[in-house]
Amino acid sequence: MLARLNLALLALLVPALSFAGDAISATEKQPLNLHAIGMFVLFVSMTLGITYWAAGRTKSASDFYTAGGGITGFQNGLAIAGDYMSAATLLGLTALVYTKGVDGYIYMIAFFAGWPIILFLMAERLRNLGKFTFADITSYRLNQGKVRTMAAVSSLTVVCFYLVAQMVGAGQLIKLLFGLDYNIALFVVGALMMVYVTFGGMVATTWVQIIKACMLLAGGTLVMVLAMSQFGFSFETMMGQAVSLHSLGEKLLFPGTLLPDPVTALSLGLGLMFGTAGLPHILMRFFTVTNAKEARKSVLYASGFVAYFFNVILLMGFAAIIIVGQNPEFFEGGKIGGKVIGGGNMIAMHLAKAVGGNLLLGFLSAVAFATILAVVSGLALAGAAAISHDIYARVIRKGKATETEELRVSRFASVGLGLVAIVLGIAFEKMNVAFMVALAFGIAASANFPVLILSMYWKGLTTRGAVAGGYAGLVAAVLLVVFSKSVWVTVLGNAQALFPYDQPALFSMPLAFLITFIVSSLDNSAEAQAERAAFDDQYVRAQTGFGAAEASSH
Amino acid sequence: MSTNASQNAVYARIRKNPRFAELVSKRQGFATLLSVIVLTIFYGFFMVVAFNPNLIGQRLSEGSYVTVGIAAELFMFIFFWVLTAVYVKRANGEFDAITTEIIRDASKEVK
Repeated sequence: MLARLNLALLALLVPALSFAGDAISATEKQPLNLHAIGMFVLFVSMTLGITYWAAGRTKSASDFYTAGGGITGFQNGLAIAGDYMSAATLLGLTALVYTKGVDGYIYMIAFFAGWPIILFLMAERLRNLGKFTFADITSYRLNQGKVRTMAAVSSLTVVCFYLVAQMVGAGQLIKLLFGLDYNIALFVVGALMMVYVTFGGMVATTWVQIIKACMLLAGGTLVMVLAMSQFGFSFETMMGQAVSLHSLGEKLLFPGTLLPDPVTALSLGLGLMFGTAGLPHILMRFFTVTNAKEARKSVLYASGFVAYFFNVILLMGFAAIIIVGQNPEFFEGGKIGGKVIGGGNMIAMHLAKAVGGNLLLGFLSAVAFATILAVVSGLALAGAAAISHDIYARVIRKGKATETEELRVSRFASVGLGLVAIVLGIAFEKMNVAFMVALAFGIAASANFPVLILSMYWKGLTTRGAVAGGYAGLVAAVLLVVFSKSVWVTVLGNAQALFPYDQPALFSMPLAFLITFIVSSLDNSAEAQAERAAFDDQYVRAQTGFGAAEASSH
Repeated sequence: MSTNASQNAVYARIRKNPRFAELVSKRQGFATLLSVIVLTIFYGFFMVVAFNPNLIGQRLSEGSYVTVGIAAELFMFIFFWVLTAVYVKRANGEFDAITTEIIRDASKEVK
């Protein structure tokens, strides 16, 4: 389903790209660049200053992976919101409401509804059992080597696909907003990400995400308030005009093409809800807080900010129908209803310009750039942790690596991931990368989530079951996306999709649960007995937090 | 190894404490109840979107642009968030107080 959203967005974005170069180099666009670049430089120097400060405080592995575990619930809530809401949220969802009306709102509730479930079923157990990565939890009483390898493989797969999707989007967006060359834009994003993560670890990443979340919330609110003031702050007045002016008319208020059938609707709900609960960079944020109390508060604040912002976006999208949609300035050749300048993703930016001039446009552009940086930094850190903490320290060195060695590997891993992201970003420039986000959520929901939730709740889980189910979910999610329309037809050029839906979760997630359950139940080995016996102690720790990793002292 | 052994002894004592069973059943019951409420409303809404999309666009009153869909979603955003606040309040207050007590008792007895 995400693929469908991104397809829609990219379909809007791609035709505009060839035009974008001219639009941005045209003289009347110059002030735009100066404001945007000025504010972006301010953001970058501020975050680099924080990274310098953070580098001095990043001495131990715990500092690097989890900021020493001393982040408060409120700070972490902001950081989670900053990690979760990407540029696609601000630009893509505004554009979705602008073009499809209430469909966009339905999408947003699916993005939101995973959070209460994460709180009720997972948050405190995550904090009580985990240390640096979610594999700490899945391998708590199972075979370290096998289970961590599986978790690291699926984490890295999720991180890589998500990272590439973000990088390609970033390159195209920065090209549009700042007039920078695509490759240069990727190098700027990749280099900044490497600096934040390598030197500042989780401390710097957390603060980049907090600052970005504040900028995003402030920028969005300002645009929304200025836009709503044009309708006397009346939802009814605005909607009346939007419905009468939009080409969809009354259909704006009805579900449209995004959810064509019950299977797609259900798969969307499952994939977004449980994919969120299996994203390694989101799960990692739960280990940065002091204790389970703060972990719960994190979700309360994060979900509050996310819910608020989604409603701001709804109002922005509807207001843009009138303010942007009726202003010839924002259409190619001044033709209202024609092609939007810069492509459909620019709706939120045009709205900012219409209600707040070049200054607000510059600010919102800087917000979009900051958003990308914050999200890719969180991803890179989660990927680096999977490589250094899971694979290097636990699987290869079997827990005998010193902290210095582990830290050195994690820094090399961050730089390596940055380079991979840049290279893949350049390689995929002309490709439709929409399927990659669908794949990331699909794998997170199918490979990470089932094993994680069963390891916390089900005594019967064994190593064999976890490994079989995890890999089955991973392979099934990948294959179903490859056979779906977004890869099989759009990327590979075949005539007919082998799998008729875009989101694999409805099929691959139950499959992973089923295989994990069957293989675990049939497993009567001595190891399996020991693993089941170890559940009781794990259960007490999960429930009480006794023996949980504590915040380091500073 | 000694820290592990004493830790395991504490775990064993906690398990024997009837207050632990009480904590787990109370908190798990509460979390399950709230999850069921969220999942039922959420998937119920998605079923309406899937099987009766016309209801989503129905206006709540004549001449108003507040439709069933918009009202239901706004309700979900607010209500789900209120449920998280309710859970956090009870878990961080009542449940954590029991937890602290259980750990204190178990640690004391071990020494």
